[in-house]
Amino acid sequence: MERLAIILESGTTDKLLAASILTAGAAAMGKEVRIFLTFGGLMAFRKGAQEGLLLPKEFAGQEEELARRMEAKRVPHWLKNFQDAKEIGEVHLYACDATMSLFDLKKEDLVPEVEDVVGVATFLNAAEGAQTLFI
Amino acid sequence: MDEVKIDKEIDARGSFCPGPLMELVRNLKGAQVGQVLAVLSSDAGSAKDIPAWVEKAGHELVRIDEMEAGVRRFVVRKRR
Repeated sequence: MERLAIILESGTTDKLLAASILTAGAAAMGKEVRIFLTFGGLMAFRKGAQEGLLLPKEFAGQEEELARRMEAKRVPHWLKNFQDAKEIGEVHLYACDATMSLFDLKKEDLVPEVEDVVGVATFLNAAEGAQTLFI
Repeated sequence: MDEVKIDKEIDARGSFCPGPLMELVRNLKGAQVGQVLAVLSSDAGSAKDIPAWVEKAGHELVRIDEMEAGVRRFVVRKRR
């Protein structure tokens, strides 16, 4: 089975959206997807942290316009893409234990789509031989 | 030539990438082998994405209908 591994470090909406679309596409194509959430990427998966847009400097001043465009084009929320991907394929989301410890987070602080808290070695082991992306 | 009978049509017009493909995958999963599903899409990416997926997944792309401006209807038979 073809496999995709994503290390999701960024918590900005543009990259979360890109990672979620890649995940949904890969799940549709029958690839197994494993995602390791770390730093900003993990913070975005805290319960209640999915509202609004968070954009990097390159989009400074364009927040409102982008929000309008995304609504007009009916761009799905990135979390919805991850949920859809899990529904149609084999997709696993893992939280980085070092980030959890750094920010004093517990598994119950995260949305239920995140399955487990693992260390980097566990993730790399699980991702061995997979097409790997750092986002 | 006989027109293939469509068992179910999914309207994914206005859905953003990869919405139409996801709708097709989801619906085809729940269908019986041999059933024919159609998905309407206004997403330009679908033109390449859906045929690529259908081939990879081992189903049959019966035809693509050009509907009103910018909308295509992908007619797919579940093969497995």
